[in-house]
Amino acid sequence: MALQAASGPAPAQRPGTQRSITLRIARSNPAHDRSTVGFDDFEVPYEKWTTVLDAILEVKKRLDHSVAVRYSCRQATCGSCGMMINGRPGLACFTKIDELNSSVVTVEPLQNFPVIRDLAVGFDSLFENHREVKPYLDRDDTELDNIADGELKEYPQSPEELEQYIQFANCIKCGLCNAACPTMATDSSFLGPQALAQAYRYVGDSRDRGKDSRLKVIDDSHGIWRCHFAGSCSQVCPKGVDPAMGIQMLRGYMLGFGGGSSGNNQK
Amino acid sequence: MASVDQEEGNAGVEAGTDSQGRYDGAGSDSGARAAADGNRAGIGGMANPGKYGIERVAYWLMRLTGLGLLAYFIGHIYETSSILQGKMGWDEFLAITQTTEGHILLAIVIGMCVFHTVNGIRVMLGHGGVGVGRAARPDYPYVPASQNYRHKLGIYTAIVLAAIAMMYGLAVMFGV
Ligand code: HEM
Ligand code: SF4
Ligand code: FES
Repeated sequence: MALQAASGPAPAQRPGTQRSITLRIARSNPAHDRSTVGFDDFEVPYEKWTTVLDAILEVKKRLDHSVAVRYSCRQATCGSCGMMINGRPGLACFTKIDELNSSVVTVEPLQNFPVIRDLAVGFDSLFENHREVKPYLDRDDTELDNIADGELKEYPQSPEELEQYIQFANCIKCGLCNAACPTMATDSSFLGPQALAQAYRYVGDSRDRGKDSRLKVIDDSHGIWRCHFAGSCSQVCPKGVDPAMGIQMLRGYMLGFGGGSSGNNQK
Repeated sequence: MASVDQEEGNAGVEAGTDSQGRYDGAGSDSGARAAADGNRAGIGGMANPGKYGIERVAYWLMRLTGLGLLAYFIGHIYETSSILQGKMGWDEFLAITQTTEGHILLAIVIGMCVFHTVNGIRVMLGHGGVGVGRAARPDYPYVPASQNYRHKLGIYTAIVLAAIAMMYGLAVMFGV
């Protein structure tokens, strides 16, 4: 088959059929010059399957190697390549040029995060806020304490209990939700949708016993009460986490409307 | 490796923290802090009605109408306090609202009131976790369950009711 294909006319390589877009890349280097934020335009060919990240890497390979961009997995798994794509947060590796329906594709650094250079932003605050909500099962015993008859027993959990939180466990810490959030746009101390949704991921986990200490962290004037349910976080999340749902369920739980896991609430 | 240097600078001991000691993503000197906050979307990015759905429009309409009502409320107290100057003062002040501009202003207040109340009830339900969908294993293309028709319907209902109330108010005030 491969030989046959090779002997036929090369698909998509015919002259005149290649489409191209103008890729506008925001350029800045705050460490050296804080005043200049400019755009460089590059003409980039694309195919139906070309992603925004492919296009940026094409620029780096052939036109301007100095463009700074962070990426790793190229498959929407590592959460490194978030950026503003035509004014909306998106993963560069998960956004196809073709789907944007635009002859000019503008890429800028993710909003609400400090710029390192060009398209690369600092995620320190994202990770710090994530750490603050204790993103782990918090309990005094260990799996080893459950050993009976010389057999290791894991924390038991029913499939129904798993369904309560597994959606929120899909988070890849890409920060798109924090970039879309209107509260994040003006409040640098807000925990943000990423961390708050992760708080619910553990509050909703029947194996967790650390609800009280976790709720103390988010019951703060810059915590959960700053969420206005604008929903933009959920609209940009590339993994279907739906942080807005998690946050409202968490608030419902804190206000006593139910929600949260059926597991007991002791520490 | 300028970018790496900068990253280390950000994570360093001197990194900017806010009053609660929470790291705010800013660099170690005030200039870097300004650069960092320069990429914060700010008020314009907060409103951003174009890039996200009707939920984002409802969000800033809620803020706008809340502040508008607060302004009206303060003005209203000032206006009604004119009763202390007797019937003359009261009538004099009331006459201001009996102009074309006054009627239009009051119609806007009516619209703000209705939108803010109806959408406020929707938002309060949502904040309590009501009507935001159920947690479930998401499937591509990951349509978020919280951005569902119930809440959209609530928003459109608030807008339509506000428009009807405004039209009714205008009809009464202009005596059509
Ligand atoms: C029964 C009528 C009302 C209801 C149900 C209601 C409900 C609400 C709700 C739920 C919010 C929070 C919205 C959010 O989280 O984004 C809010 C915000 C607000 N409301 Fe009301 N409200 C009502 C009447 C009023 C009145 C009469 C005033 C003015 C005197 C007012 C002024 C405000 C203001 C200033 C905000 C803050 C806006 C913001 O920061 O986004 N509200 N209201
Ligand atoms: S909730 Fe979604 S958008 Fe936010 S960091 Fe996690 S995966 Fe990214
Ligand atoms: S490169 Fe890993 S998410 Fe895009």
